Amino acid sequence: MEVEVDARKCCAAGMCALTAPEVFDQDEAAGTVVLLAARPPQAAWESVWEAADSCPAGAITVRD
Amino acid sequence: MTQAPSAPRLPVERTDPFDPPKRIGELRETEPLSRLSFPDGHLGWLVTSYALTRQILADPRFSSRQELRHFPLDHPLAREPQPPARPGMFIRMDGEDHGHYRRLLTGQFTVRRMRALEPLVQEIIDSALDDLEAAGPGADLVKHFALPVPSLVICELLGVPAADRSKFQRDSATIMRLDSGGEEVWAALGSLTAFLGELVAAKRAEPTDDILGGLCATGELDDEELVNMALLLLVAGHETTANMLGLGTFALLTHPEEREKFTAGPGVVNGVVEELLRWLSIIQYGATRTALEDVELDGVQVSAGECLILSVQGANRDPERFTDPDVLDVTRSAQGHLSFGHGIHQCLGQQLARVEMRLAYASLFRRFPTLRLAVEPEQVPTRTNMLIYGVHELPVAW
Repeated sequence: MEVEVDARKCCAAGMCALTAPEVFDQDEAAGTVVLLAARPPQAAWESVWEAADSCPAGAITVRD
Repeated sequence: MTQAPSAPRLPVERTDPFDPPKRIGELRETEPLSRLSFPDGHLGWLVTSYALTRQILADPRFSSRQELRHFPLDHPLAREPQPPARPGMFIRMDGEDHGHYRRLLTGQFTVRRMRALEPLVQEIIDSALDDLEAAGPGADLVKHFALPVPSLVICELLGVPAADRSKFQRDSATIMRLDSGGEEVWAALGSLTAFLGELVAAKRAEPTDDILGGLCATGELDDEELVNMALLLLVAGHETTANMLGLGTFALLTHPEEREKFTAGPGVVNGVVEELLRWLSIIQYGATRTALEDVELDGVQVSAGECLILSVQGANRDPERFTDPDVLDVTRSAQGHLSFGHGIHQCLGQQLARVEMRLAYASLFRRFPTLRLAVEPEQVPTRTNMLIYGVHELPVAW
């Protein structure tokens, strides 16, 4: 799995950091998405899909 | 008054305290995008499916601008044309106007920052529970618990000094109460605005480490913008969470099996919060958007200028998205619910709301394991004609 984020689209709702904290974090000052793992381990895949689906701004792209 | 003869008004009649009006579900089955007439004569749309609601909320061709809105409910103010949003009231703005203000706040509401507030929120909760206990069986849970907890939390975040909190709480309660008269509301709003103005001046003179202090320190906002943003955070952060706490407790007390699942083991509380958010959908008259251009949705033409009411209740009870949607099931995954909205306007304070609800429900049922209603469920007064649904009172015993 490959993950990409677009911090310019991000509206800092925090859904990704809530859903998959091992893969996504938020910038301390701006609150926008910070990608921790572009190739997350398989154990995290389900929560990454969930995070991408939950993202209100469509800022997360996931490729199998 | 002009009104399109064929288009109905927004369905609002509930037959059950927890379920949306039946007509919402029927429309979702037959016509998820249906014509809707507004009290001011406008002819718009009602959207009741999950897929369409989510799609529209994510599409910038549908505007949040206040001056383009029409109110779906009959209310004296609903017939007046809406003025543009006042400076700082960014939830009723689009594009960069909205983005500029929102970005000044997003760093303050991250998951990490909200988690760091847990000890403070817990302290406020414990103290409210002390009050509830002192009031004794028969006490109103709304008055002693559901209202003060979010109010005191937002006071802490905004940096309202302890000495001013009772006045602050009194004014905000007057504004939000259904039975307040018009003049009373305007007086309280005036008093609150004046108070926030003084608070802003004080924070400009002596910067403090809270949200309002932080906003002042950006140097990007004038006093009017600061006061309006503070007012927005106060209203958004207070009434919504308060009603989730009151109505959510009512739901758990009347669904013993779900309560049992919740209190039986740790680790369930996050799911309880999400499911209550989905099932209760307290934004009962939906989100409003206005088409900026002609848009085709599901083969239907929506014209520029037409206003759409997006039923959050309809979306969150859509069987295409949630299995057995009308059943409260605290162990299901309610992920994807639209109770905080969707798109770039999605609730900024949702992670704070989650922290408050998680700690509040868990602490309440831990402190009072025998908690029960002190009246029959039918006697609990519901907020049927308020923008945000909930219970006015919840008398409890233990």
